[in-house]
Amino acid sequence: MRFSGWRVLKEGLTGNKGWSPHWRNPDPKTEYDIVIIGGGGHGLATAFYLAKEHGLTNVAVLEKGYLGGGNVGRNTTIVRANYYLPGNSEFYSHSMKLWEGLEQELNYNVMHSQRGIINLFHSDGQRDAAVRRGNAMRNQGDDAHLLGRDELRKMLPYLDFDTARFPIYGGLYHPRGGTARHDAVAWGYARGADERGVDLIQNCEVTGIDISNGQVTGVQTTRGAIRAKKVAMVAAGRSSQVAEMAGMRLPIESHILQAYVTEGLKPFIDHVVTFGMSHFYISQSDKGGLVFGGDLDFYASYAARGNLPGKEQVMEAAMTLMPAIGKARVLRSWGGIMDMSPDGSPIIDHTHIGGLYLNTGWCYGGFKAVPASGFALAHLIATDRPHASAEKLRLDRFETGYGLLDEEGTGAQHNLH
Amino acid sequence: MRLTCPNCGERDIREFTYQGAASMLDRPDPEAGPEAWHAYLHLRDNPAGVTRDLWHHGCGCGAWLVVTRDTVTHAVHAVELVEARDAG
Repeated sequence: MRFSGWRVLKEGLTGNKGWSPHWRNPDPKTEYDIVIIGGGGHGLATAFYLAKEHGLTNVAVLEKGYLGGGNVGRNTTIVRANYYLPGNSEFYSHSMKLWEGLEQELNYNVMHSQRGIINLFHSDGQRDAAVRRGNAMRNQGDDAHLLGRDELRKMLPYLDFDTARFPIYGGLYHPRGGTARHDAVAWGYARGADERGVDLIQNCEVTGIDISNGQVTGVQTTRGAIRAKKVAMVAAGRSSQVAEMAGMRLPIESHILQAYVTEGLKPFIDHVVTFGMSHFYISQSDKGGLVFGGDLDFYASYAARGNLPGKEQVMEAAMTLMPAIGKARVLRSWGGIMDMSPDGSPIIDHTHIGGLYLNTGWCYGGFKAVPASGFALAHLIATDRPHASAEKLRLDRFETGYGLLDEEGTGAQHNLH
Repeated sequence: MRLTCPNCGERDIREFTYQGAASMLDRPDPEAGPEAWHAYLHLRDNPAGVTRDLWHHGCGCGAWLVVTRDTVTHAVHAVELVEARDAG
């Protein structure tokens, strides 16, 4: 079923009787060429690109709950390519290019909105860092503009420019950044993969990974054993538990990151805006709700909800930056489970076990990476070589100390990112 | 979430700073080799369930604590002084 304006019109005039489910709901076969553990954004994107780019369709995605029920539905939907370090920079740049063609490619409205991201700075030192980052982004071929205080004030008149505890010096503007509808991204990839013959199997929890002579041979699941030549672990939020089934300990500590949404308001925040002096960022959804978040709660957790001090930090930052939103009522908050790597950057790599691949460590940046992560992992599985955009996202960089991707410059240690 | 410091009693979590897994206390021998040090510095059990981790009571008595708690429910089972562990 192809979506188009004509189709919407026709269905509207004929009682909406022609719509059908977006994907099948197959029972698992006993054997596949490739099994992907995890039916979230990254797993579904991997399946889609395996089918589309490499013609590999004897593929199953195994999801313990429902498709897109994990972190891809528990984020703040931001899409950006404003990384500094080689390794991250080309990867997120590639992801942005895929985002820009995604709706056409999937024939699915993911509501990708390039409304621009503005990272505020509040001191001379932060301005220097913003200039440096902006230059790195431009060297990568992406867009960045340095905005002075006056220019910024015309764009974001609602910020507290006059009495703020941390005066606003300006902002780094990344016009191609923005947001997308997170569930639709999962659904679009799921539909695209299913259309090409991939089996999306829900309510199917992997309970064991079969390994024989250093080579993966399949998985045990709550819906029976499935043989597979290759298995990819793409289970953000449960990466350590999945890897444990293969006898691996990962360089991952899982933390909670809270996010919040207010009641619907008339449009007044037109961009994604980030505060430079405390961790806080905000955008306004198409429904009018203010969607915002801040720091991790900073303790290991799988609870998918956080504690009050995290909320306090975010609300305080919001009030110092834009007091105008103080009367908006918060409708709900939630927590995503962040697989934090020691250097704050992700991992897409082989494991030491033949045919077993790992995709993890997305920290708090997994959503924007969905297209490039799926693309790169599909390339790795299909060709056994890393894709050029992701060749630095290696698992062994912590062991060797070579090629660490410490974007914040704080050290490759847990609890610093 | 509140923690009951053995020195100070039950306190707001904002008085404490989280450091990470309590395995950080089991420092390998300096000559233990790169694999042992890699495991110590980077690799984590990262359980979904009962875990033991290190907290610092920075806004209280300044003690280092080992907290046994559940990462799924946020229930706190035990708070012990690192000092007591070392003495034992």
